Amino acid sequence: MAQTNAIELRHITKRFGQKVIANDDISLDLRKGEILALLGENGSGKTTLMNMLGGIYFPDEGQIFVDGEEVTIRSPKDSFRYGIGMIHQHFKLVDVFTAAENIVLGLEGEKGRLDKNSIRRTVREIAERYGFDIDPDQKVYDMSVSQKQTVEIVKVLYRGANTLILDEPTAVLTPQETDKLFAVMRNMKKDGKAIIIITHKLHEVLDVSDRVAVLRKGKYIGDVETATATQQSLTDMMVGRAVALNIDRPKAEKCVDRLIVNNLTVLDKEGVKKLDKVSFTAMGGEILGIAGVAGSGQKELLEAIAGLQPEEEGSEIRYISPEGKEMSLIGMDPLDIINSGILLSFVPEDRFGAGLVGSMPIVDNIKLRTYRDRKGILADRAKAQELADRIVLDLEVVTPNTNVIPIRRLSGGNVQKVLVGREISSSPTVLMTAYAVRGLDINTSYMIYNLLTEQKMKGAAVIYVGEDLDVLLELCDRILVLCGGQVSGIVDAASATKEEIGLLMTQFRREDKA
Amino acid sequence: MIRITKRDGISSLLSVAIRVIAVIAALILCLIITFLFTGRDPLRVLSEMVGGSFGTSKRMWEFLQRTMILSCIAVGLAPAFKMHFWNVGAEGQMLMGGLGALILMKFCWVIPSLPLLILMALLAILFGAVWGMIPGFFKAKWNANETLFTLMMNYIAIQIVLYFCTIWEGTVGTVKIGIVNGEAGAPSYHKGWIGEMFTGNFNDKDFMWLVLIVLLVVVAMWAYLRYTKQGYEISVVGDSVNTAKYAGIRVNKVYVRSMAISGGVCGFAGFLAVSAVSRTLTDLTADGRGFTAIIIAWLAHTNPYLMLVFAALYTFMELAGKQMASAFQLNDYYSKILTGIVLFFVLGCEFFTNYKVHISKKHKGGAAK
Repeated sequence: MAQTNAIELRHITKRFGQKVIANDDISLDLRKGEILALLGENGSGKTTLMNMLGGIYFPDEGQIFVDGEEVTIRSPKDSFRYGIGMIHQHFKLVDVFTAAENIVLGLEGEKGRLDKNSIRRTVREIAERYGFDIDPDQKVYDMSVSQKQTVEIVKVLYRGANTLILDEPTAVLTPQETDKLFAVMRNMKKDGKAIIIITHKLHEVLDVSDRVAVLRKGKYIGDVETATATQQSLTDMMVGRAVALNIDRPKAEKCVDRLIVNNLTVLDKEGVKKLDKVSFTAMGGEILGIAGVAGSGQKELLEAIAGLQPEEEGSEIRYISPEGKEMSLIGMDPLDIINSGILLSFVPEDRFGAGLVGSMPIVDNIKLRTYRDRKGILADRAKAQELADRIVLDLEVVTPNTNVIPIRRLSGGNVQKVLVGREISSSPTVLMTAYAVRGLDINTSYMIYNLLTEQKMKGAAVIYVGEDLDVLLELCDRILVLCGGQVSGIVDAASATKEEIGLLMTQFRREDKA
Repeated sequence: MIRITKRDGISSLLSVAIRVIAVIAALILCLIITFLFTGRDPLRVLSEMVGGSFGTSKRMWEFLQRTMILSCIAVGLAPAFKMHFWNVGAEGQMLMGGLGALILMKFCWVIPSLPLLILMALLAILFGAVWGMIPGFFKAKWNANETLFTLMMNYIAIQIVLYFCTIWEGTVGTVKIGIVNGEAGAPSYHKGWIGEMFTGNFNDKDFMWLVLIVLLVVVAMWAYLRYTKQGYEISVVGDSVNTAKYAGIRVNKVYVRSMAISGGVCGFAGFLAVSAVSRTLTDLTADGRGFTAIIIAWLAHTNPYLMLVFAALYTFMELAGKQMASAFQLNDYYSKILTGIVLFFVLGCEFFTNYKVHISKKHKGGAAK
């Protein structure tokens, strides 16, 4: 008989409410010394399943075995006891503590003493053994996202985890940082650790994993040896049918200057520079991609253009209408922009926080853009209803109705379709999108790509802030790379490579400016 | 083992049923408690309870009058609550409105009846609106906490009213102005009294005008919140300030404007209380109803029609308690106990509309070992 599995899940079921079955009778094995990629579209139940190993949720039905023994995991503490360490998507670190302090936080030392030297030594040992790059005395607030992630991983190793669960660890990393993480994961594997990685980037799955398990809509579809899988075969398993994975990129033609940004500087509430002298031109008839590590100023850039961020002196944002009329957007708030007849549309990153009203049905969310269209004191409703019906029909939004059920209850993909549908319905001359496909399934993502391309061909200046470099390279005409609030380069998407962009994302190349 | 899960949604029938059951359960508990403490026949207790509001024509008008004033205040809170602006200053806004109405009633009674009443209402609305706009402005300008601010404004209003009571009555420490324009035969007789101008002399049926006016306010507020651009803006601000800004809604303006409306309607309630009911002003003109209305508005989920229902229920319990207290020689706190029981059940049943409770004998799953 072969050695026992690190973890076995048997017939795990987890429900939320009466209708949502997040996990439906899932059985899964994790062997010792392997990297298992857990693959599935958003909402397929990957994180829910892992949270039951991490002690966050408790399964409604089913059994969990660790090293062949059945266990009950009721809390994260139980989870640690069985050697399971989970690294969540959102880090849980204390900013003002050092790496070492965070690592031992919550552990019971001997007799209340905190032996910092021995902690440091152990941290260094772990770092050396697996090839981590970590300074135990660095404060968390001084760390990059990737360093914080390292602290999280070392933290669970320090506590003696034999099984590591990484929930979308690469979402926040540059390609170079991802490579480093994967090298570390391979070292841990050699050391006999079992690792589960959740991701939906297929090339990473093929790169790092030994075996792939696929979930779809809460059900376990099956597993394959990575060696025998391809991107296409994995996608087909995830979606349940064959999907074409090409983005059509018609050549940008008749490009005209639409939005000229010069020396744009934006400070946040604390006075920290979020954008530093950003200059670029967005052209009607092209898609301008914006790449950068999360938090490099993407949000501030779009919000400054939309009139939601005050600009510093010396900043310049000029808009040139299709008729050739030029005006400055500096100092305008969103209502000023609407009143001056600029058709500027914006799909913000935080859908419910900043673009939709979660408690209202579809119609009332459409009204956000149309309610002023009627003269007098009454809000327009008929026009919004008509538009809502059209969006639901055209974009295949799945919803029981448009005027009762709060939009928050719809799935992420349908919500995003409504938002994008509303924003393009006004035939915008500038269309800005931030992470427009985040959390969407493959089909919806491609539908959104096509809608954006359609707008580009209609002559809109499309600005696409994205995180998946492959998509940026395929979809956009030019890509602007932000790094720490500065423009580190603008490249031609047809000829640029991922590595090139990855480098620009992490280092500001001063020689280019000279 | 008991497990609690969140409901995905609830049919309106079930949600009404849960509330009705809660009220009935509360009434049964009231009967049991009364029986235990007084040993009275529960059926007689019940009939006294109902009799408190419907026993005589006078009591019925009393019930209607109280329900309407309470509804009017609650309706005033609706625009503020809908935008998640916790206006707990209805008490003060109502008092200021009452003060505005009384000033005209006391000193400008020479104006003909109808214009006088309209002016009184307008001044009351203005006073209430200003009292509401002040915290709205501070919230908009400096993000001052509106709950504390509106609360403190209540105490300022109470002191202002007490001040005028003192100087108008001429004796230090007076907390009550005598009935204004109540001297039979004087030229000012019944001036500024709602009812007087329609029927010529005053009786209980004059509360009819109060009922009609408040019903009008209820319908108007419902339509305002539901159909107007401003009403829509209030809902958007209430759900997400950032989304509102994104859509070009000037949030600060909405704060100030909606608080002016909220305070204005509460001030109008003060006008009604003075002109249609008490014909005088004391620091007890609001009598805590500004706070009771918060519960009413919250229970009704800012729906003005439901506010009428809950205001009626509250008033019914209040009068029932009073009636029982006098019928069974209990003291006045007894009515508060009973009102408390009903509120406890009605508020508590919110839990069951949001969550479902499963009770199972054994726990299935991986726990067994």
